[in-house]
Amino acid sequence: MSDRAPAIATHSPELEHHFSSLEQQLEASVMGMWVFLITEIMFFGGMFCGYMVYRYQYYSAWVAGSQKMDFRWGTLNTIVLLCSSLTMALAVRSAQLGRRKAIVIFLLITILFGLGFLGIKGIEYHGHWAEHQFPGLNWAWPEANSHLVALFFSFYWAMTGFHALHMVIGVGLVSWIAYQAWKGRYHSAYYTPVEVVGLYWHFVDIIWIYLYPLLYLISHKHISG
Amino acid sequence: MSMATLTAPSAERENYLNQEYGIRSWLLTTDHKRIALLYLLSITFFFFIGGFFALLIRLELLTPAGDLLQADTYNKMFTMHGQVMVFFFLIPAVPAVLGNFLIPIMIGAKDLAFPRINLLSWYLFIIGGLFMLYTILTGGVDTGWTFYTPLSTQFLDTHVVAAALAIFIAGFSSILTGLNFIVTVHRMRAPGMTWSRLPLFVWSNYATSIIQVLGTPVLAITLMLVALERIFKLGIFNPQMGGDPLLFQHLFWFYSHPAVYIMILPGMGVVSEVVTCFSRKRIFGYKFMALAVIAIAVLGFLVWAHHMFAAGISLYAAMIFSLLSYFVAVPSAIKVFNWTTTMYKGSISYMTPMLYAFGFIGLFTMGGLTGLFVAALGIDVHVTDTYFVVAHFHYIMVGGMVMAYLGGIHFWWPKISGRMYPEAWGKLAALIIFIGFNLTFFPQFVLGYLGMPRRYWQYSPEFQVLNVLSTAGATILAVGYLLPMVYLLWSMRYGKVANENPWNAAGLEWMTASPPPTFNFDQTPTVTWEAYNYDELKEVPVER
Ligand SMILES: [Cu+2]
Repeated sequence: MSDRAPAIATHSPELEHHFSSLEQQLEASVMGMWVFLITEIMFFGGMFCGYMVYRYQYYSAWVAGSQKMDFRWGTLNTIVLLCSSLTMALAVRSAQLGRRKAIVIFLLITILFGLGFLGIKGIEYHGHWAEHQFPGLNWAWPEANSHLVALFFSFYWAMTGFHALHMVIGVGLVSWIAYQAWKGRYHSAYYTPVEVVGLYWHFVDIIWIYLYPLLYLISHKHISG
Repeated sequence: MSMATLTAPSAERENYLNQEYGIRSWLLTTDHKRIALLYLLSITFFFFIGGFFALLIRLELLTPAGDLLQADTYNKMFTMHGQVMVFFFLIPAVPAVLGNFLIPIMIGAKDLAFPRINLLSWYLFIIGGLFMLYTILTGGVDTGWTFYTPLSTQFLDTHVVAAALAIFIAGFSSILTGLNFIVTVHRMRAPGMTWSRLPLFVWSNYATSIIQVLGTPVLAITLMLVALERIFKLGIFNPQMGGDPLLFQHLFWFYSHPAVYIMILPGMGVVSEVVTCFSRKRIFGYKFMALAVIAIAVLGFLVWAHHMFAAGISLYAAMIFSLLSYFVAVPSAIKVFNWTTTMYKGSISYMTPMLYAFGFIGLFTMGGLTGLFVAALGIDVHVTDTYFVVAHFHYIMVGGMVMAYLGGIHFWWPKISGRMYPEAWGKLAALIIFIGFNLTFFPQFVLGYLGMPRRYWQYSPEFQVLNVLSTAGATILAVGYLLPMVYLLWSMRYGKVANENPWNAAGLEWMTASPPPTFNFDQTPTVTWEAYNYDELKEVPVER
């Protein structure tokens, strides 16, 4: 009886029936997202592991492949994503303070940065495709170590491709919570979805922070041989 | 028509089964108990598909000549037997059915932390299952359940991508179930339900969830890379293009060895509950039992390369992995010793679930000890890819897990259905399964030791006697598996109505109605007692 009383006292439309308080609901949701992010680390971890094994084995091919990356685009995209993380963090802060307008504005800017990243990635992808740098489908490499550089590009497409897929899902999620925020669903006592999507967004950013040096910045002075 | 319900006053009371009717109320349910039943139906379906393949395999091996099946068809049979049984029956068996049903009740919660994600994970399972059925119906796949490269990527012309996708999707179902359990155990426990009061069933499902969450994503990306390699003709695991097949094996077994523990830890949880109840004693060494499952889950991630001793890894790596594999025996032995000690001087009643628990303890011990044989480098080289290995892992996965699963289904059947199963039939089926199992798989230890290789559709004539025994055993086993399906269905209508606690067992799940109301308890319980407080329970005669 006594442990039911607070549940009724804090009962609000956002509280799902199986939780006893909004606090418990927020804690569970945030923990759920953290556990999910751990599974994501393991998922990307498989590719990072393969990348490291072959980079160690075929270093010169990795250098040759990396030199085909335009590091200016990569750097720009890194900046774009870091900015998006800032606006995402500001959106969460606004949610905690219950400022509806600010949440919507910061989320919209985050979406713009996200789309900007995907646009730039698209330009790069187009360039690689035009230069026959897609192994299997559209591949031409003038030098002898062709199949090893193809290995590099296999990882490049797989790793950035899965990352881009996560970005697309992220933009979708942010759009959804922006719409909900615009309808006034969030206030200082309830902003769980904003917090949880924020965690996801930062995680996708961090993956890129690792992809950027691993793919774009391998020894640019080193000549392949 | 409704005679049975009319004569049973307790069936009138509102519970999770009769609260709503209609297919919609099931397909859109977020009630963990209903989702558990959805899983029960789906995995039973896949169990019989996988069993059908097994029967074809055993029929082919009745004679030394390859007469019933051609080599290619035989390859498909054992591949799909393995994939269906592992990914669509064994992995979801105890967690997704019994765990789903029981964990929230056992910790005094109204539901899992994320009921809609729970439903989503069932749908993912079904979508994965449909891909698997598509694979089966359009010609099958013959990679072996292990998808070894470059065989799976370069040389086969079967539905490798569809099968990989099926397992990829079912994998996310498993990940989401594990995620849900972890958060539920951390955040949804009733007041007073401390970690040291959790039933061991909850502990072992918690340990399983850790493996599901950490391991399954690695399998997912590995199968994805195999699919991409096939679709785009990449060379990631192809030695001709600089790729490394051993890398595939490392990544695959990084998941698939721990996956063996997904297929045994939840069974250990079931056995702990059953053994205490039918010995009327608190579990011996509760803390060690809880720590042992966590230790198995953690150590399980450090031993994967013992599947690769004959694949060309360095001798030093092999020695380390061999040693680490031996460490797993320590917590496993603790489990077995503590169950035995729990029974010592207990007042044991030989009900059906207890018979299955006996079966589990004996067969798991056999499977575990032969596991030490194959973890030893010298012996492993001798028995690699023979029937010895086949017998070893079937003792764990069928002798262990399927026994525990069936024991658990019988133990909690009154809670799930509100009816008792017929005890005599239950005992008979348990006995038939035990005999059938041993007759099927014990000869395979001998066959393997004598050198009969696995995965061939024909064999030399001197192995025939043992193979005939094995096939005869498989037939008996099949009868044993069909029986519970028949009498459990029968009991849903005609079984004796079960009261709240027909076994006079400890645990929160026995303190609510059978079947439980939708929100499990009329009011959130407050726990003031330790787990398995059988010494404090009033002795009332057990319903028989
Ligand atoms: Cu193993």
